[in-house]
Amino acid sequence: MAAPIDWQLATVTAVRDETPSVRSLTLALPAWAGHRPGQHVDLRLTAEDGYSVERSYSIASEPERNGEIDITVERIPDGEVSPFLHEIVAPGDRLEVRGPIGGYFVWESTLDGPLFLVGGGSGVVPLMAMLRHRARSGSGATGRAVARLLFSCRGPDEAIYRTELDALAAADPDLEVAYTFTRVQPPGWTGYARRVDRAMLAEVLEPLGAEARTYICGPTALVEVAANALVGLGLAPDRVRTERFGPSGT
Amino acid sequence: MTERFVTRGFVGRRSAAGSGDLSGRIPPGQYLTTDFPVLSAGPTPRTPLERWSLSIDGLVASPVSWSWEEFRALPARDWTVDISCVTKWTKLDMHWRGVSVDTLLEHVDLDPAAAFVVAWSDGGYTTNLPLGDVLNGQAFVAFDYDGRPLTPEHGGPARLVVPGRYFWKSAKWIRGLRIQREDEPGFWESLGYHNRGDQWREERYDGD
Repeated sequence: MAAPIDWQLATVTAVRDETPSVRSLTLALPAWAGHRPGQHVDLRLTAEDGYSVERSYSIASEPERNGEIDITVERIPDGEVSPFLHEIVAPGDRLEVRGPIGGYFVWESTLDGPLFLVGGGSGVVPLMAMLRHRARSGSGATGRAVARLLFSCRGPDEAIYRTELDALAAADPDLEVAYTFTRVQPPGWTGYARRVDRAMLAEVLEPLGAEARTYICGPTALVEVAANALVGLGLAPDRVRTERFGPSGT
Repeated sequence: MTERFVTRGFVGRRSAAGSGDLSGRIPPGQYLTTDFPVLSAGPTPRTPLERWSLSIDGLVASPVSWSWEEFRALPARDWTVDISCVTKWTKLDMHWRGVSVDTLLEHVDLDPAAAFVVAWSDGGYTTNLPLGDVLNGQAFVAFDYDGRPLTPEHGGPARLVVPGRYFWKSAKWIRGLRIQREDEPGFWESLGYHNRGDQWREERYDGD
């Protein structure tokens, strides 16, 4: 049995609005041994009378930052925790956190081969940790892994991290970010404007080849479509790692 | 329990936990959901029913294997159980139909040294359980959910269901039970999750 993953008291050091309904919080952690991109943390909130709730949030930041992490939280209108994190929490507040948690949906720059990321909505958060890590981890002898992100969102205003993603791609010839805006497109938009489908995946995957290490995170419907299509396109199932949220719709 | 840190400004909704008759059914750290979330580590496997089988092997006098028709001919019953996922959701009164693991084990002679079971699935997933956690009506292999055939994303055609443990122990796409003398950590149990996974003890992660 390993040592327990203890709760620790993190201090909120910054908050940043990413989109109208998505906010990032920077948490300074007194005892943080580092994480791997793709892992998550648990948060525990406790009321005066002892009532408490826990939730899991993906880590958005790269492990190269010492002693602090970012989490990115989508505000669920009828949620119990996310409205609190959006409206009440301010820099200086303290939150109980433990982690890092999860060991399968992780990517590190030491892994060779092309990297293919498919994200839907706030499912981009753990993928952002991978891209930030990739950008910070130096080029090395063999160069950075060639990487592509296919990011599905309703519209450009809801594309979390869009400015930063575009800057990362502009600075790196081996990274491309393809958006698909499923409901609202900016004027003159020539990119994808539909839900992720097999043809779209085939186009974005094409330069990477069937050996790409693939990570898909988003709503269940997107993950199901993307994972099934990519296996159909010849990716080995064990190269396709998924993380899902939301109901199945059944 | 150690004294809890109080989060500034947090009140909480406690609509579920506070409503008396439900409070005893929600394990610590869990919240109620009415959805049926889907969580899996990789693509959803799809094995045609004509190639599907369910087997019991390992420490048994002679292994047994059922085709889909044979499995569906076994005595089944309805189960109404509460399910808790380590990702924090709890769903009450889930209606399944399936075959008790007790019924399956009636078809084999267990070696006296048999103590653990590894459930294995299409796609390579595994999870481990002490035999004592799956006997006496504690576990079943489900093929219907809510009156309908179990869909692939929820583990169809058949999944193990072990309501007394976090839901990762309820292996989707189950194809076999391997009976063992020694415990052998499964997929998530090897990736930092708790070996037993009792939601009432909040055994989420290794070391809890």
